[in-house]
Amino acid sequence: MNGNKDYHQVTEDICRPVEQKPTKLWYLGFITSLIFLGFGAFSVFWEVYWGIGTWGINRTVGWGWDITNFVWWVGIGHAGTLISAILLLFRQGWRTGVNRAAEAMTIFAVMCAGMFPIFHMGRVWNAFYVLPYPNTRGPLWPNFNSALLWDVFAISTYFTVSLLFWYSGLVPDFATIRDRAKTKLRKKLYGIASFGWTGTAKNWQRFEALALVLAGLATPLVLSVHTIVSMDFATSVIPGWHTTIFPPYFVAGAIFSGFAMVNTLLVLVRKIFRLEDYITLGHIEAMNKVIVLTGSIVGVAYLSELFIAWYSQVRYEQDAFKWRIMGPYWWSYWAMMTCNVVSPQLFWVKKLRRNIVFTFILSIVVNIGMWFERFVIIVTSLYRDYLPSSWTYYSPTWTELGFYLGTFGLFFTCFFLFAKYFPVIAIAEIKFVLKTSGENYKEKMLPLEEKSTDEFIHIAEHSH
Amino acid sequence: MSVKKFAVACYHDEAVLFPAVRKVRGSGYKLHDVYSPFPVHGLDTALGLKQTDLHIAGFCYGITGTATALGFMSWVLTKDWSINYGGKPFFSLPAFIPITFELTVLFAAVGMVLTFCYLNQIMPGVKKHIFHPRQTDDLFVVALEITDPSAELEMIDFLKTTGAVETSVQTAEEGWWYGFWDKEEVYEKVG
Repeated sequence: MNGNKDYHQVTEDICRPVEQKPTKLWYLGFITSLIFLGFGAFSVFWEVYWGIGTWGINRTVGWGWDITNFVWWVGIGHAGTLISAILLLFRQGWRTGVNRAAEAMTIFAVMCAGMFPIFHMGRVWNAFYVLPYPNTRGPLWPNFNSALLWDVFAISTYFTVSLLFWYSGLVPDFATIRDRAKTKLRKKLYGIASFGWTGTAKNWQRFEALALVLAGLATPLVLSVHTIVSMDFATSVIPGWHTTIFPPYFVAGAIFSGFAMVNTLLVLVRKIFRLEDYITLGHIEAMNKVIVLTGSIVGVAYLSELFIAWYSQVRYEQDAFKWRIMGPYWWSYWAMMTCNVVSPQLFWVKKLRRNIVFTFILSIVVNIGMWFERFVIIVTSLYRDYLPSSWTYYSPTWTELGFYLGTFGLFFTCFFLFAKYFPVIAIAEIKFVLKTSGENYKEKMLPLEEKSTDEFIHIAEHSH
Repeated sequence: MSVKKFAVACYHDEAVLFPAVRKVRGSGYKLHDVYSPFPVHGLDTALGLKQTDLHIAGFCYGITGTATALGFMSWVLTKDWSINYGGKPFFSLPAFIPITFELTVLFAAVGMVLTFCYLNQIMPGVKKHIFHPRQTDDLFVVALEITDPSAELEMIDFLKTTGAVETSVQTAEEGWWYGFWDKEEVYEKVG
């Protein structure tokens, strides 16, 4: 954290965007998002009204853009809880600057992801059939041994727990805004949103216990969600899917794309809301380091897949990978390789890691690459399998494209509302680390650090 | 739940708050509560508060989730409607693990958050007295209950000696009530 701040200044800085009138840039972004959302809603309406035949998917390629987009959004949704939960457990102080926005991003991304399998069902009004509820057909239960049903449980649990984690952290900050509010409407709305929080010592004690346990629960949950998503593929017998490497490979890819999306958003947020003191270059660099690490893991995974396809001596596996690299979809494979494996390696250079414009561009490149990864896995495994007479080529129709653009609309509509009406940085958490991370406080520690151990112990013992 | 009179002191830093809390506890006055804008480490110990049992509740909710998932899936697939999925055993424990895990986490998280709200008495529509509008911003507030009206001035003087930047005497409802935050408090209405 940069700059000479005290507790009140922290409150002022973070509440400023919430209390000011939205800027023209905000309106522009928000309305653009709404237009995308509207087009998405129309595309989905079209698909539901006329049926799934309006999409480009066919008997051979039954999963197209919809599941590609689903996995892509879920992957993006991994960074938030990873930052808040795993980094909380590892006591990474830098997470406090970015966790709130990253968690919000997670929740919105999972909302977008959830749309795809639901509307892929076609007769979406029967979507509740996947839930195990007592019904008049026996009752007939869903198949609990199916990875697809595990996914229903994983995604809905992940969404719920992330939402609870996020909101429980927001409650004290809403109370801060409530007590500063000037207008009646604000007092009323933030009063409701803050649940009547007052911040007694006991409240805070329970708050910390809750945060720690939720972090402990969310940590394996993050890993489980993309593991289970990968099992949607890995438990099948399709060449290119039936591999044991999928769970760790998917989790690394999810963190990779999630951190990239966090960078895309934070570079904008810190600029627009002038929060450079809180979301510092240090944060951006730390996330770029995670990107280069996970990008390399993903790269190793791609190469291991190729090696195992050759080493297994299974004809179908070998062909699946041959068609990926050299078949009609060669461009998607090489787009994936370039964006995901080659480009993040540039982050080994410290100058580039700390360059805002470069970070922004690369974060988008990474997410394009990760979209292609899912497209490669899904479509280029399905389009040519055991039966050459069924081989086909798949391209999306405008409804699929519209649906995808619509989820961008949904995501950014939510994010713009969040950025305007919610504190984008966790106020209480920043205050909690202010005296250890604040620049002005660090300076005060310097003379103390120069003292000998005995002197330091003497000072520490008499400080309170 | 009742309306009481409080002697209130505000501190600007937790470094001042800790010695003040120690003095207050030694003074024999009845401490109502301490409010802070963020979690202050060690404050619960300084106040002599017990450790919270919230995590134990979380564990109980968690194993309820585990038992629910395992019990339900086993019952469905062995008793209620057994289906042969690819020749696998009806009771196929490894395949039950993902849903069991998810439900464990779900039950623990939802249960804990609800318990957290119940214990802290917080809910949308709940209103409580705020001793100082900046107690959620940058002030640390200590509220003493005035049990003996004749000691009021003495208590305020005592609080001033502890390093308070602001002191006041307030009459307030000690518990919570339903209400909106844009309305002024009307204590007579409290049941």
